Amino acid sequence: MKLQEKNISENNFEQCIKCTVCTVYCPVVPLNPLYPGPKQAGPDGERLRLKGSDFYDDTLKYCMNCKRCEVACPSNVKIGDIIQHARMEYGRQKPSLRDRVLASTDFMGTMAVPFSPVVNWATSLRPTKAVLDAVMKVDKHREFPNYAKQTFEKWYRKHAEADQDRYLHHLTFFHGCYINYNYPQLGKDFVAVMNALGWGVHLQKGEKCCGVAMISNGLYKKAKKNAQVNVDNFRQSLQENRPVVGCSSTCIFTMRDEYPHVLGIENEEVRNHIDLATRFIYTLLDEGEIQLIFKKDWHRRVAYHTPCHMEKLGWAIYSESLLKLIPGIDFVHLESQCCGIAGTYGFKKENYKVSQGIGAPLFKQIEAAHLDFVSTDCETCKWQIEMSTGVPVKHPVSVLAEALDLEKTYQANNKTR
Amino acid sequence: MENKNEFDVIIIGGGATGAGTARDCAMRGLKVLLLERSDFATGATGRNHGLLHSGARYAVTDPESAAECIKENMILRKVASHCVEENDGLFITLPEDDLAYQSTFITACRKAGINAEAIDPVEARLLEPSVNPDLIGAVRVPDGSVDPFRLTLANLVDAKLHGAVVKTYCEVTSLLMEGNRVTGVEVIDHVRKMKERYHAPVTVNACGIWGHDIAAKIGITVSMFPAKGSLLIFGHRVNSVVLNRCRKPANADILVPGDTICLIGTTSSRVGFDEVDNIRVTPEEVDLLLREGCRLAPELAQVRILRAYAGVRPLVAADNDPSGRNISRGIVLMDHATRDGVEGFMTITGGKLMTYRLMAEWATDLVCKKLQVDQKCRTAEIPLPGSRKVDEKEYRKHFDMKPAKIASTVGRHGDMALNIKSGTPYDDSLVCECENVTVGEVNYAIQELDVHNLTDLRKRTRLGMGTCQGELCACRAAGLLGESMDCSGKAQRELSRFLEERWIGTSPICWGEALREAEYTQWVYGSICDMK
Repeated sequence: MKLQEKNISENNFEQCIKCTVCTVYCPVVPLNPLYPGPKQAGPDGERLRLKGSDFYDDTLKYCMNCKRCEVACPSNVKIGDIIQHARMEYGRQKPSLRDRVLASTDFMGTMAVPFSPVVNWATSLRPTKAVLDAVMKVDKHREFPNYAKQTFEKWYRKHAEADQDRYLHHLTFFHGCYINYNYPQLGKDFVAVMNALGWGVHLQKGEKCCGVAMISNGLYKKAKKNAQVNVDNFRQSLQENRPVVGCSSTCIFTMRDEYPHVLGIENEEVRNHIDLATRFIYTLLDEGEIQLIFKKDWHRRVAYHTPCHMEKLGWAIYSESLLKLIPGIDFVHLESQCCGIAGTYGFKKENYKVSQGIGAPLFKQIEAAHLDFVSTDCETCKWQIEMSTGVPVKHPVSVLAEALDLEKTYQANNKTR
Repeated sequence: MENKNEFDVIIIGGGATGAGTARDCAMRGLKVLLLERSDFATGATGRNHGLLHSGARYAVTDPESAAECIKENMILRKVASHCVEENDGLFITLPEDDLAYQSTFITACRKAGINAEAIDPVEARLLEPSVNPDLIGAVRVPDGSVDPFRLTLANLVDAKLHGAVVKTYCEVTSLLMEGNRVTGVEVIDHVRKMKERYHAPVTVNACGIWGHDIAAKIGITVSMFPAKGSLLIFGHRVNSVVLNRCRKPANADILVPGDTICLIGTTSSRVGFDEVDNIRVTPEEVDLLLREGCRLAPELAQVRILRAYAGVRPLVAADNDPSGRNISRGIVLMDHATRDGVEGFMTITGGKLMTYRLMAEWATDLVCKKLQVDQKCRTAEIPLPGSRKVDEKEYRKHFDMKPAKIASTVGRHGDMALNIKSGTPYDDSLVCECENVTVGEVNYAIQELDVHNLTDLRKRTRLGMGTCQGELCACRAAGLLGESMDCSGKAQRELSRFLEERWIGTSPICWGEALREAEYTQWVYGSICDMK
């Protein structure tokens, strides 16, 4: 390479020309004066931290890792990654019991599902919330997502697995913790839609939580371990010629981008084969591989909310376009704004106020639009919007499952059989 | 009645040597006046590597300088701890170098009292991951970094605490003579815009390369050979250990980490006296620095460069060698009474930043001898202001700021940081975001540290020395300066001058990200602020 042909630095931190547009777009900055903002926490801070670890600033924990700074940056600085890296490298605070619990979506789900009626009842009680608030510092205003009576995996093995081999095409479904433990219905919808489109849906043995909550709560070792297992699984899946598809934008984003950038887990060979359900379906449609036949009598007023990680992926257009294809939809455009929950961030007592403050403009938009429901690809955005506005939130795949004439679609896409 | 213009000693020159001499003289009870035609540390003091030499570089070729260096190195670690970073240094042998030189080098180092120890190249790479992985040998020495601005400032602050009068922007126009004796100086005070005369039985010429001109005013010739040295500043610290080449000293073979940046240097070329006030870095020098720098740390090929600058070494030819062939880098103290028959006048020059304290000691010893004052030098024992031990807790108590900001402020001012106002959101807000300089720090510098313009402010705080080179902080700082001077017009002129000065350093390396930054800066100040 020629001298100075390019200026390269770790995560491009020196590409920053201090325009500060990242700080303008940061949802946290206007609401939390303790947070120095992405420019100072990211590229500015990085330069100082190279001098010594005493230049690490604990307030980096206020970063929600929404990556809106990276989307805004005209210089391609990986601001969010720099901040996550710094937290990993220099963060001295050990994750608290609360953070461990919030991060362990996998473990908690496994423990809670067998006793879900009791757990759901207990966590909804005011005294429980008060105790969680006082002892665990989990904000009392939060509604906990209910645990399912049966995991998605169990349902799948019992009711769907046997049926999947007869399709022409096959994919690996990364269901994630939310579908498995809290909301199997979305997984069921996904299986129904994909089957109707001519695709067999397969699960991997030993799917691990993508690790996003572990990263944001400082459980990096565990996150790396999970990431490695998942990437190895995906390699296996690709050998069987099965792309990996998931419904959660955050899981998909984490596995595609945070694995190599933050955790240092190499995923290059599988990365482009990890896809989001809506993008996967839209691409098939665009390539003329599938047909969608909709119900004639389905009419709803719907808005799409762009989760931050969808903004970062640049994929909101796929979900929106899919929804707009539905003839009976009255589509309302929402300005892309953070809802404030950012995974486990908003559950923490110290972040509750900021979290609701960040979401307020979005909630206003939603309330003013008089919607039947909001659609979004992220489960935590769903909790936040439902809790804060009372408007129901559905995943685009569930909307498809509802709006499609599944029988006719099935016939159209499974003709050869 | 004592005349306010009467002193025991007048020191001309506000570099490290002049400041050190002022401190030493003042500590020995003399009534001191220091005159500097511009701001302190404007000449060679502020335009070098900032390398805390172990002396290893000179061990083979100039054992005397090497021995001086290691002694001063150890002293500065104690008395100037807030100006020093104890980074350690490596002398690496690359495949194109002669490995046999290493043992010559180590022997010479040890003879000079420098603790040099050969280490395995693998260990060297662990110690300093940025080092050229092709290295075939490495020697570890006690090199470090020293901040020349901080060092000079601390000396001046202490000189003033001991009663010295320090006048910056005060240019000596002539030496006053009575018979064959220098009795004082005439100056133009550029701040008050007036002429003034000061008197003292002894005048010390500590003007570096400009000492030639001062001596020439009374017909004394000091054979000096201005040697220009150019350096490049990189945007961040690539290395944390000083990297040198284990071979005979040559061009661009030292990479020094200093504060938030690292520096490669230097070149060496003779320049004429007509050039010393206006030296520029040439494209050939930039090429050479980069090419050689990449041999030390290959990463430099891609690291953004912030600026280029050059200084002029005050090399002095020995009196018996007017051709300058055997130029020494050692200390030169000339008593013009014995040398030229002019009483009350001496020149202290040559030497290095590293030996400034020793130079000051020599000069002060001679001043004291002339004044028949019997006082011992104590500058090797008594810490400079800023380097006095203070419990970490005191800083945390004083500053109501985030740890990173405290680390930056205390790193720059040491215990003097306790004079900086903190506690209100305004005082603790940042003026310079790249280097963490708060409003409190800027105001402290303006009020207490003789700041007349933004460049002065930069030297006292690192404001504008970061990645953006003043893009965000210059206008904020100009505002604060204007407030203190009660004149927004002057602030605007200062702002413009400051940006011009920053551009001089950026222009030789203006490509890639530095170019984008410069364009953006121009857009901000040209289009938004409507500046020319």
